[in-house]
Amino acid sequence: MVRLSSPQELEKYRDQILSKRKPNQPLITVCGGTGCHASGCHAVVDAFRSVLQEKAKGNGIGLRVTGCHGFCERGPLVIIHPQKVFYQKVKPEDVPTIFQDTVLKGKVIESLLYEHPVTGEKVVSEEEVPFYQKQKRMILGNNGSIDPTQIEDYLAVGGYRALAKALFSMKPEEIIREVKKANLRGRGGGGFPAGLKWEQCRNAPDEIKYLICNADEGDPGAYMDRSLLEGNPHSVLEGMIIGAFAIGSHEGYIFVRHEYPLALENVGLGIQRARELGLLGKNILGSGFDFDIKISRGGGAFVAGESTALMATIEGNVGEPRAKHIHTVVSGLYDKPTNLNNVETWANVPVIINEGADWFGRIGTEGSKGTKIFSLVGKVNNTGLVEVPMGITLREIVYDIGGGIPEGKRFKAVQTGGPSGGCIPDSMIDLPVDFDRLTEVGSMMGSGGMIVMDEATCMVDVAKYFMNFLKDESCGKCTSCREGTKRMHEVLTEISEGRGKPEHITLLEELGWVTTEASLCALGGTASNPVLSTIKYFRQEYEEHILNKRCPAKVCRALLHYRILPDLCTSCGRCAKACPENAITGVQKKKKEKGEPFVIAQEKCIQCGMCFETCKFDAVEVQ
Amino acid sequence: MIPFIIDGQSVEGKEGAHILEVALDAGIEIPHLCYNESVKPYGACRLCLVEVTRKGRTRMTTSCNHPVMEGMEVFTKSEKVLRARRMIIELLLGMCPGDKLLQEMAADMGVYDVRFKKGEKDCILCGLCARVCDEVVGAHAIQFASRGDRREMVPPFGEEATNCIACGACVVACPVNVVGMKDEGDERTIVRWKRTLKMKQCKVCGNYFAPWFQLEKFREKAKLPKDFYDTCFTCRS
Repeated sequence: MVRLSSPQELEKYRDQILSKRKPNQPLITVCGGTGCHASGCHAVVDAFRSVLQEKAKGNGIGLRVTGCHGFCERGPLVIIHPQKVFYQKVKPEDVPTIFQDTVLKGKVIESLLYEHPVTGEKVVSEEEVPFYQKQKRMILGNNGSIDPTQIEDYLAVGGYRALAKALFSMKPEEIIREVKKANLRGRGGGGFPAGLKWEQCRNAPDEIKYLICNADEGDPGAYMDRSLLEGNPHSVLEGMIIGAFAIGSHEGYIFVRHEYPLALENVGLGIQRARELGLLGKNILGSGFDFDIKISRGGGAFVAGESTALMATIEGNVGEPRAKHIHTVVSGLYDKPTNLNNVETWANVPVIINEGADWFGRIGTEGSKGTKIFSLVGKVNNTGLVEVPMGITLREIVYDIGGGIPEGKRFKAVQTGGPSGGCIPDSMIDLPVDFDRLTEVGSMMGSGGMIVMDEATCMVDVAKYFMNFLKDESCGKCTSCREGTKRMHEVLTEISEGRGKPEHITLLEELGWVTTEASLCALGGTASNPVLSTIKYFRQEYEEHILNKRCPAKVCRALLHYRILPDLCTSCGRCAKACPENAITGVQKKKKEKGEPFVIAQEKCIQCGMCFETCKFDAVEVQ
Repeated sequence: MIPFIIDGQSVEGKEGAHILEVALDAGIEIPHLCYNESVKPYGACRLCLVEVTRKGRTRMTTSCNHPVMEGMEVFTKSEKVLRARRMIIELLLGMCPGDKLLQEMAADMGVYDVRFKKGEKDCILCGLCARVCDEVVGAHAIQFASRGDRREMVPPFGEEATNCIACGACVVACPVNVVGMKDEGDERTIVRWKRTLKMKQCKVCGNYFAPWFQLEKFREKAKLPKDFYDTCFTCRS
């Protein structure tokens, strides 16, 4: 077992690995991210394995299951090297043909190529796919080239070079200066300058210091950290070791939410392999610096992602936040100085050390340097993970990268920052995306969730959804958060069920105010954002619900009014059969008799929508 | 001693003290529910909010757990504080509409109506019972369970509080008196935790004075002789 005890040995090992990999070597990569798992990539991998076994033993054609590529909408994704042919939505049945035509003969299979939804143009390589063109995949980019379980793949793309540089060519204070100069702001939601946090922790007077990687990622719909940990765990580990050296910490924790089994497995494997090679543990690379990492698992609570609650959980206590009159960098885990950063923040560190703060500073805006990974989901054609330079506009993300709204529907709003964030209306679609701009308009960057909404999304329903989440996830300690989120959800339910009163909007605003101002932690402190931002930008929608008992987006069931259009009704009777309340009556069409239009008895109607779903003639109108 | 200002009045507090205790000592009233001088501050009820200005920045924060700092200015009755306090008491009253203390405190603040559906709880989730049981008594018999609006104070798994020594500290500490202690014959019951213990009889006066279980715990902890508690406290003096 190789153990690297100097930077020179690291480079020698890296050269050995590279020498065994020829640049034009035939290689099949299949994306193994959780998104592609869900689309069935395992069957595709198995199909390739058996084809290779049968027809290409000893031929030197490699098969690599890689980390998440980000284009989750189009998975399973297969890339054939060296031509870099990009195939999407690959099925196991396609595999033999891919092998025969593309791998052996270099012929491209048109039907598996990405086709632009509007122009119909087909694209052969990954770089040409419009989804990727405006992205800058500084952090996620390597996912597609590496098998996350093979540390050698990470070394082959230059991994751990930054660590060697930091340990042997830089002093801890220099590293902190560089990170401060790069203005790396926390990617977990707070946006606090990482370099400043590191400096404060380094200056705290204590021999024992802890380093934590927060991988609790609780925002619904956010999976950036998951894909980083699953797809390139070493990038995070490398960042943590550099940080530990800069701060003077010898013990670190990665707190992974229990709901991420693949991330837990891959990061655990990564830690083991890094230890074996001497990149983690005692006397790292022969530098004399010791640092090791333990994995701690979450217990299924969103609030445990709050730094003080997270530390309480690691200690074995209930994940309840505490007042931060004394910051965690001074007294945190086990009352020792603790530096906690998010997964994506840590992954940025090796890039900053390798390329330098100046290079890093050229990407992004004045106040927000570098890139941000967003999980672009919702009513958008290209859902997946996108990594973009800060300052790119929402329009570019939704239309150029996201491919616009499906079914030609109208863009209505984009929700950023998860349950702590707010909705940004279509009038602000040219807003440049960065920490401060998003906060200015009443939302926030958060951890990177970006939910696109169209005209069929009800903003009252969106606020209710987030409030329901927050009231369930509140730890319950503070009156203002526990009761505030509960009552906001209660009022929103009243409004969405047709019992809204004019004073409800003011009540929501007051509840929102006290929840923000009086709560202890950021869960309560930002809980009102979804409500207040939707009231701010979509007040008329709330008023429609309250005053006219109407849901313009046709989402709130209780406010829907189903009616059969007599001119379109063919009297087939299907709706009457489907109706669970026997609320539809009429005379059914028979062979020689025309029948009469069916009618819904409004007093019996429970607005389930079955008639609407069942009618093949679009004769059911929903208002 | 650390000097600072509350509502324009000069006060001073020891190192490690918090705003609320200094204010109360100085006769400045700040409403509070989950604060009790025998245990560490918790910051759950949020009633003791004040505005603190320091180094040019003003923040609204709980006064029970904010450390005293030199040069800070505290405002206990600013418009923002009063508005927040009124909403908090309204939320508390909405949760426990039957609590007399809450009704009084609300009336003091001019809050008479609750604009939400009335709840039916009696416990205000201040945690004082558990905190006193943990920090002062050391029995660790009860703890918060569940989160959000399902949060409640219970013995382990909602079953019998087998660590409870029926000392009654939680009964006394509870600001809204919802724990309850009953002595019937030779049994003492802490009502809320459904804990009934048999009491020991004094050899001299014949009164049932304390639970066996409790006295045994004390005896073990303080390494006292077997017959130490045969006489009750009154008769011994």
